[in-house]
Amino acid sequence: MAFDIAFWLLAIVSVVAALAVVTLRNIFRAALSLVLCFITVAGLYVTLSADFLAAVQILVYVGAISILLILGIMLTRDVQLGSPTNKLRFPAFLAAIVFFGTVAWAVLNTTWGISPQGPLEPTTATLAGKLFGENGYILTVEIAAVLLLAAILGAIVLVREK
Amino acid sequence: MSVGLEHYLVLSAVLFAIGLYGALAKRNTIAILLCIEIMLNAVNIAMVAFSRYVAPQLLTGHVFVIFIMAVAAAEAAVGVAIIMAIYRSKGTVDPTEIDSMKR
Repeated sequence: MAFDIAFWLLAIVSVVAALAVVTLRNIFRAALSLVLCFITVAGLYVTLSADFLAAVQILVYVGAISILLILGIMLTRDVQLGSPTNKLRFPAFLAAIVFFGTVAWAVLNTTWGISPQGPLEPTTATLAGKLFGENGYILTVEIAAVLLLAAILGAIVLVREK
Repeated sequence: MSVGLEHYLVLSAVLFAIGLYGALAKRNTIAILLCIEIMLNAVNIAMVAFSRYVAPQLLTGHVFVIFIMAVAAAEAAVGVAIIMAIYRSKGTVDPTEIDSMKR
């Protein structure tokens, strides 16, 4: 019962925060409500008993990515200009509705193979084994590290003063 | 009806649709980046929900979410850098005015 209340509370807050991101005209406030959306998503991970991912969500999204985006907003100085919508507003709305309708229809008309097992708690040790252990994803971890390095170097080159 | 897999998937679809609308309709490149982050988070919710309800002992969905987060961080860093470079050379972040490749 407490689980249901937590889910509905987090779901409503995250959807409202996401709507605020796309409707608020002040881009800075939109970024702040995006932070709220990230925090509620971390809460949803907790309800799915993904403890490590909830911590990573707070650290990476709330701590790093939102700061980066807010810095971008401040450096481009278009806060007073706001974030208006373009001429494609109605087609974009239609596309979003069609997408949601299709996915919701597919989700509700599929019989999912729900496992009767309970969740694994805590997840951190098993996750480390999957990432770094035998037959794990170690090659992908290395590629992700190279990708991050390349992205950081690319960002530095792009914003460097000539 | 207690909360199950379908609830999380529909919530994920709602968030993805909101992000899709914003990414298509916004006239500020940073706002488009914010909406892309919403869409990535929606996909992550679906991944973790599948992992929790379909194969709760395997955690493969969690591994995918970690890689999506790494790619999202790289994407945000490069995206903000590109927007700042464009703002410096053109003085605008309006994607309807950044159209030099169309001419």
